[in-house]
Amino acid sequence: MSKNVRLMQGNEALVEAAIMAGVRFFAGYPITPSSEIAEGFSKKLPRVGGKFIQMEDEIASMAATIGASIAGVKSVTATSGPGFSLKQENLGFGIMAEVPCLVVNVQRMGPSTGRPTKPSQGDIMQTRWGTHGDHPIVVLYPTTVPEVFKYTIEAINISERLRTPVIFLMDETLGHMREKVLLPEPDEIKVVNRKFPKVGKEDYLPYKPADDDVPVIAPFGKGYRYHITGLHHNYKGYPTTQPEEVEELTKRLLRKVERVLDDIFILNTYMYDDAEYVLYAYGITARIAKEAVNILREEGLKIGLLNPITIWPFHEDKIEGLLGGKKKVFVVELNSGQMKGEIERIYPRKDVIGINKLNAELINPYEIADHVREGLR
Amino acid sequence: MSLQNIKKYLRKDMFPHIWCPGCGNGIIMASLLRAIDALALDPDKVVVVSGIGCSGRISGYLDFNTVHTTHGRALAYATGIKLANPELTVIVAMGDGDGSAIGGNHLIHAARRNIDLTAILFNNSIYGMTGGQFSPLTPFEKRASTAPYGNVDHPFDLAPLVKSAGASFVARTTTFHVFNLQKYLERGIKKKGFSFIEVITGCPTFYGRYNKIGEGLDMIKYQKEHSITYDRAKNLSEEELADKIVVGVFQDIEKPEYISEYEKIIEREHHE
Repeated sequence: MSKNVRLMQGNEALVEAAIMAGVRFFAGYPITPSSEIAEGFSKKLPRVGGKFIQMEDEIASMAATIGASIAGVKSVTATSGPGFSLKQENLGFGIMAEVPCLVVNVQRMGPSTGRPTKPSQGDIMQTRWGTHGDHPIVVLYPTTVPEVFKYTIEAINISERLRTPVIFLMDETLGHMREKVLLPEPDEIKVVNRKFPKVGKEDYLPYKPADDDVPVIAPFGKGYRYHITGLHHNYKGYPTTQPEEVEELTKRLLRKVERVLDDIFILNTYMYDDAEYVLYAYGITARIAKEAVNILREEGLKIGLLNPITIWPFHEDKIEGLLGGKKKVFVVELNSGQMKGEIERIYPRKDVIGINKLNAELINPYEIADHVREGLR
Repeated sequence: MSLQNIKKYLRKDMFPHIWCPGCGNGIIMASLLRAIDALALDPDKVVVVSGIGCSGRISGYLDFNTVHTTHGRALAYATGIKLANPELTVIVAMGDGDGSAIGGNHLIHAARRNIDLTAILFNNSIYGMTGGQFSPLTPFEKRASTAPYGNVDHPFDLAPLVKSAGASFVARTTTFHVFNLQKYLERGIKKKGFSFIEVITGCPTFYGRYNKIGEGLDMIKYQKEHSITYDRAKNLSEEELADKIVVGVFQDIEKPEYISEYEKIIEREHHE
């Protein structure tokens, strides 16, 4: 066995991966079921010359995370439902000011205090529309502990490349379960770092987008003195009330993500090519649905799994194409059907069936199989 | 006082500023620039972080590394910036609603943590940007757009509050006392630890008008006539101090600073 194989919790894997991706700052606030992430960073960051801070609340944690990134340090914050609600305002600032960072939400059941120690997938829509205003968002959602490791690095890379906060969704179960993870050597992973300006200080326009619609914004303290604001702003970063500048900024923020959708959209399939029926599932539920596929295949049902890792943006064209010619889609969720509505926008409503569980317990493969059989009756 | 030495720190293409005629915010901004000039700080290494409100606009006018953050959260953003790059001098501008209501928790915790930031609280006793609502620093019985019959809320006595929360340097002054203001800002910036300077500033548009104090100049005269030094105030009763502004240095001590302490841990544990 390789020395780099470790038995790790999902929450631990996230910490290891983030540090490997170059993260050197974490600000957080204790909350179940994500606390092990803060604990992990508090132990590991000083050892690599990084810094951890436990802030006075979730709002301050989000703000400090963005602050550190403004100063050029890759940063992470982690929380769960109630804390994620509190982070929304400053998350919007990060999107508007184009500050990369990773925001982890290890989901618990809500609303409100809900069921803090149990799984739920109730924050799907909040990750998409939690902060106010039209805005882009990228959300990655792994299904296993090795995937937590792999996609944490990917999420940080996307954030650096697009200069926008990326949300990493996890399930309580995934945060706490332990699995074997093969830790790569540093030279075996791809790490993306944000670009540094090449123009002189006199000509520098911090918010002028490059060809990829992403501006090249210098870290504070490097001689490029400029202004950052949550107000709509022009290329200089100065507040603007000009309708054409306001519109251009709003559209560019959306466009910079939309145009790379093919690159950042990660989707895994299982027994899919010949499938007539589809299970659409994400996070821990996708992993369970995979076993349901095995059970139903043994009975001769041609069913397969579509498992988006990138749950937002919703890649309509790609998913529509993959669902084309299939007979029915079962959307498996530990919520009342938040993603089902998205599928219904692109697929005949009568052929979309929700498999939902709302009691803060995991669904099991047999339950999924039962629901599928029932749906086909 | 001449603006000669401080014009170079302004983003001239951001002017005219949004502040009303008679507003005291420009006096605080000029004093801050004089302090920065006197300390000969490298503009590339100066960061000004502000919140939301009239005071929040200061960051846009200054040719440093500047962030206009969210309402009340300037100190939390500044904490991240300073931790990530301790060689930066990080100055935080807040208003009274910004810093003592929505951001009150961040203020006491930044003080408790004793992190090396310099916080300036522009106290005009009212929410100016939104039209003159009362704030946690509006004095008892004074009027505001949401206190049309007089304010029944009692204000914070903010400087002593921040002192007891743990700040290394705490001072209060007014826009009348410009020499003290500059001096306190210099001392605050130089202090290794959390510094807090509360500045009483006039809002003639709302606070002055609602409370019939008058124009900007009248408000400065009011500050002059109602100020009393910290030492003299010690011997006066609460009643005698009712309409007084206690000015001076409330705290100036040396104590362990957050980032320096954290860096000792890194020094011990860093094996990369």
